[in-house]
Amino acid sequence: MKHKEPLIYISKRESLPWQKSWMIRGIAIMLALVFCGVITMLLTKLNPIEVFSTLFYGAFGTPRKCWVTGQKLAILLGISLAITPAFKMRFWNIGAEGQVLIGCLACAACMITLGNKVSNGLLILISLAASLAAGAIWGFLPAFFKARWETNETLFTLMMNYIAMQLAAYFIIVWEVPKGSGTVGVINDQTEAGWLPMIGGKRYLLIILLIALLTVVMYIYLQYSKHGYEISVVGESRRTASYAGIKVDRVIIRTMVLSGAICGLMGFLLVSGNDHTLTTTLVEGRGFTAVMVSWLAKFNPIFMVFTSLLLVVMKLGATEISSTFGLNDSFADILTGIILFFIIGSDFFTTYQIRFRRPHDKRTAKAEPLQPIPQSEPQKEVQ
Amino acid sequence: MFDFVSFFPRAVAQGIPLLYGSTGEILTEKSGNLNLGIPGIMYVGAISGVIGSFFYEQSMAGQPLVPFWAIAIPMVCSLLGSLLMGLLYCFLTVTLRANQNVTGLAMTTFGVGFGNFFGGSLIKLAHSDVPSVALPATSAFFNRTPSVKEQLSAFSSLFLHYGFLAYLAIVVALVASYILIHTRVGLHLRSVGESPSTADAAGINVTRYKYLSTCAGSMIAGLGGLYYVMDYANGIWSNNAFGDRGWLAIALVIFTIWRPAVSIPASILFGGLYILYIYIPTGTEMQYKELYKMLPYVITLIVLIIVSLRKKREDQPPASLGLSYFREER
Repeated sequence: MKHKEPLIYISKRESLPWQKSWMIRGIAIMLALVFCGVITMLLTKLNPIEVFSTLFYGAFGTPRKCWVTGQKLAILLGISLAITPAFKMRFWNIGAEGQVLIGCLACAACMITLGNKVSNGLLILISLAASLAAGAIWGFLPAFFKARWETNETLFTLMMNYIAMQLAAYFIIVWEVPKGSGTVGVINDQTEAGWLPMIGGKRYLLIILLIALLTVVMYIYLQYSKHGYEISVVGESRRTASYAGIKVDRVIIRTMVLSGAICGLMGFLLVSGNDHTLTTTLVEGRGFTAVMVSWLAKFNPIFMVFTSLLLVVMKLGATEISSTFGLNDSFADILTGIILFFIIGSDFFTTYQIRFRRPHDKRTAKAEPLQPIPQSEPQKEVQ
Repeated sequence: MFDFVSFFPRAVAQGIPLLYGSTGEILTEKSGNLNLGIPGIMYVGAISGVIGSFFYEQSMAGQPLVPFWAIAIPMVCSLLGSLLMGLLYCFLTVTLRANQNVTGLAMTTFGVGFGNFFGGSLIKLAHSDVPSVALPATSAFFNRTPSVKEQLSAFSSLFLHYGFLAYLAIVVALVASYILIHTRVGLHLRSVGESPSTADAAGINVTRYKYLSTCAGSMIAGLGGLYYVMDYANGIWSNNAFGDRGWLAIALVIFTIWRPAVSIPASILFGGLYILYIYIPTGTEMQYKELYKMLPYVITLIVLIIVSLRKKREDQPPASLGLSYFREER
């Protein structure tokens, strides 16, 4: 029987210097932007320079737009940071949406029921604690069942999203102002009780600073703390972790409680610091977007600043394009989707190596076989 | 008094999109692909059908539609649209071995955006006063029910009152169930989902099975979107009207513990739970309706927990669900 060489060889790369892997990703983003530009051109019949200048104008055109970009970036980055420890542990938590929303709900509950009954500072502390606790519970439940009985966490957290959403819908009707409107309006509009203070006269500055701090803390936690080390070992191999004496169950539960609590914190910041209201769509699907932000940055908090910035700028820019040229709002989602597809696809080229069959040297190909298949690369931390 | 005769058909009508979605997702998951893009694919399936029939209705310019084309054009467009989405998912996760969760979520973002964008654009093209596209003429063909005579006996209004896509959903679910359990193809497919390396060693083409089942699953799911627009919503597309039914379909997959045949009654049950709040007298206490809407999710969660507690082997998710397969990896 004649053996034919396959046209393409695919093998796993030994390792790739980070500059090279980020270059591949950069190329993918450039290709994606070109592709998006072409699509926008076809739909709006503009030249590409106009398309991209409109896009940038939408994100950075005026000081106000810059602040909005900063605030959106902070919220998305915060949620991404929240889910990162769990993701690094290979715990596929797609329930950030619900964990943030339940934090929003807890915060709103405190602001509505305790508004004007306790001092403002105390109220903020109480609602912060309530939000953290609510998020932590929403993180604890799937982790507990995963650790104990291997319940599928992706599906578990997905369901928890909707439970949180319906709970929020229930309480919105309980608290609705005015009766029958189906919304709670701006909470404590007159007294501003429980609202986070503005610093420096800038509405979003406090949130942005807090998230910047959180980014650094999370980076240190994941990179240099014992917990962070345990998380990455469990993520690499749960067996290795338990042989090394790490209590895997405890790490899973601890990490998810932390992850949920930070999601709760984001809910607190959204309600108390930003929107001052409660709706079921307050999180705007950012719980899901955060999954992609975190994954695209390879769970590195510093890179996450850039990936979330990319998505936020695309979103705001595309919204600007669609409102300027009378396209539909959902245009932003299409562009975001395209960019994501490109980056997701580019990952292949950083993990795998492709070689084509060389046409003429069949004999040499036989004589010197493929280089030995590399073992699935062990991470440095594990060794 | 609880009016079952009026409740049941509405539960079925709510359940059919879920049935399509869950049958498609079960086929997909049996090959080890956790396709979280199903909600997006159902949007794409729906809007592709709408686009097809919109231009067909426009081209006929008021003349009566030819029944065959009125049904075939939206069907083919819908199937094509969701096939492309399925191919995209497969290309990224099977050929490029990308992370399935991330790819699926990106597909959902893209698909929902795609649906709303083209829906919105069609609304503009149609110059309509309300934010929706109405295709009543096409919908009439999809709505046509087998009970020709308008005699409303309880039996005919319970079982003979649906458009053909509803019956097709049940047939598809039964066929999928048969293929999975009783045929060699089904056996191979399940083995790919359980342990692709074993299947590969046994000479089964893992890539081909993953592609085929995921694409077939996407096309089936896309029909769910088409049913929703053309039959349930009487040919009226309005943005975001489809809602979170796609996620509910994924919930249904767990609820039925990966069995398409169980999906038939279960989807009707879910459909019933979805609209139960309309039928339960709450008086002025509107808020409890929101709690009733939580029921499908809570019940799914309980089933998920019980299944994992009992640890029966045949009830578990496919072992390699969510993992990409690379032959050289051990």
